[in-house]
Order: sequence, then C-alpha cells, then structure tokens
Amino acid sequence: MATDAQLLEWLCRMGDNALVLGHRMSEWCGHAPVLEEDIALANTALDLIGQTQLWLGLAAEVEGAGRDADALAYRRDVMDFRNLLLVEQPNRDFGHTMMRQFLFDAWHIEMLRALKGHEHEQISAIAEKSLKEVTYHAERSADTVIALGDGTEESHTRMQAALDRLWPYVGEMFLSDDVDRAVCDPAPLREAFDARINAVLAEATLTRPDSDFAHKGGKTGVRHTEHLGHMLAVMQFLPRAYPDAQW
Amino acid sequence: MSSPESSAYENTEAAPHGGPRRTEWPLFEIFIRGQHGLSHRHVGSLHAPDAERAMQNARDVYTRRKEGVSIWVVEASKITASSPDDKGHMYDPADDKVYRHPTFFDIPEEVGTM
Repeated sequence: MATDAQLLEWLCRMGDNALVLGHRMSEWCGHAPVLEEDIALANTALDLIGQTQLWLGLAAEVEGAGRDADALAYRRDVMDFRNLLLVEQPNRDFGHTMMRQFLFDAWHIEMLRALKGHEHEQISAIAEKSLKEVTYHAERSADTVIALGDGTEESHTRMQAALDRLWPYVGEMFLSDDVDRAVCDPAPLREAFDARINAVLAEATLTRPDSDFAHKGGKTGVRHTEHLGHMLAVMQFLPRAYPDAQW
Repeated sequence: MSSPESSAYENTEAAPHGGPRRTEWPLFEIFIRGQHGLSHRHVGSLHAPDAERAMQNARDVYTRRKEGVSIWVVEASKITASSPDDKGHMYDPADDKVYRHPTFFDIPEEVGTM
C-alpha cells in the first residue's frame, strides 16, 4: 500500500509524462507535413493533456496543499518534474517524433492495461478512460513507423537514425523504485513491450539496437536532459507572466 | 481537405485539372453514419496513402466531436459521377411526371407521420 507521499510522486510521474509529451506533440500544430497529420498530432496532444488534467488533478488532491493541476503543470520548475527522459526529447524531424511516440505508446498501453484493475478506484478509472485513447495512439504510431521504416530509402534512414538515437531512453521506462512498486511495477511489462516493438520493427525493416544502455534520472527527478528547461520556458511563459489570467 | 490540384473523379468536369501530383496522396471520400439505424452520409474528403490510413485520418478529422459510429472510406477516383452536361436527358424528363410522387393517397390519421 502506497503512502500519500509515494502516491503523489507516482501520480506526478504519470501526469508529467502525459504533459511533456502532449506539449511536444502540440509543437507540431500548424507545422506537420500534411494537413491530415497535423490534425492527428494535435488530437494526440489534446488526449495527453486531457490525461494530464486527470493525473495531476488527483495528485493535487492527494497532496492536499491547495494546489490544483494547473499549479502543478505551470508553477513547478524543471527539478520538480518527474517525466521520463524519453518524452522530453525534442521533436527533431517527423521521424523522430513518431518513433518517440511509438516507443512511449508501446510502454503506455501496457502500463494502462496493468492499472485498469488497480485497487485505487480513481487510478483504475483514469487508466480505463486513457486506455481507449492510447490504444488508438499506439495503432497510429506503429502504422507510421512501419510505413516510414519500410518506405523510401530516405524515410528508412531517418527512422533508423531516430530509433538509434532514442533507444537509450527506453530502459528508464522499466526501471522501478519503491515509488513504482508501491503502485504498479513497470518491470514485468518489458516482455509485452518487447514483443510488440519487435513485431513492428521487423515489419518496418528496422534494426533494434544491441545495447541496452539506459539513460536515467527523469522520473526520479535526479537529472533531466537540457531540453526540458527550454520546453518549460515556452510552456510556462504565459501563466508565469500573467498569473491567474482568465480568458 | 481536397486540393485543387487533384482530379477527384474520372471523366467529369474535374478531369481537365490533371491527375494528382506525384508527391500527393490519393483523395478519399468519407462517409459517416451518425447513429445506428441511419445511413452513412458523405461528410467530406481527405488525402491518405491508403484506405487504412484514410480510415485513421477520417477518425481524426471527422469524428472528434462524436459525429459517428461507423466510417466508410472510398477512393474518389473509384467513384463514377454523372456529368453536368448530361443533366438535360438525365433529369428533365421527370419534370412533368408529378404522379410519381405519392401525394395522391389519403393517409388515415391513425398512421401518423410517414
């Protein structure tokens, strides 16, 4: 059984993953390669930001210190964020964006499945609602990875480069500490994750990197990459410059 | 979502615009059924590399606000459309055949709205 402090920490991990990746996806709005893809990316971003409201809303409730989801999202600094290093990586090209999404979705869907029957009623309810959205995200990102990996010479090269660059951020998703184990240990999910991505990468004619070296420190808050602070500077500018602005 | 560069339909007035650009995905027409029991209705069109992706794009473009429970996608070039030039002999002959409308029957009140 998780203590309130562990629960708060864990909820921030889930909420911050959705928030940071949601913001990264929203950076494509108006810039995607085709109109249809632009709308799809924005939809994914909105789904994730919706999930953020639920996770961070519950986190604020557990904390009981008078903060709400907005305060957690917009008034914490980089060292207080608990997201995985993977999701804060910059968009770079469309291939990197979709590979990052694919790797995260493959973890996210297994995590939410595991949480669906959780004894904590609100956690299981949020997981159940999110799972429907994430099932679609996972289908779409896998299809894109296959289409581009098994596409032209250039798209294949870009997807392999994206996979090679992002692979060292995969391991952190399955590391577990006392906080994870108190709510839901991600380590046993690795097998289903591997099966899913191996099948997709094979169909995409992409080569899974050999090394299992893993950067870590994002979800424990020990060490984020240099990218997160810059992202927050953009994301948090408005509510920090105009506190409590309404429109 | 359609582009003026596309020729949506074969052998119609749109045809002289030329085929899709080499870099452009084919055009799909999207049909959505709003609720069970109703028929699918044309809602618009979009570009996609194949029918599966057209289905996903249709989901994202046309069903974000709970518009539907079922989607059909049809590649626009597979649709055979009537030509505006033919409208004289296609439709005008029906002009003076009002008896084809079932308006000459007395409907008993008990039947209600038909």
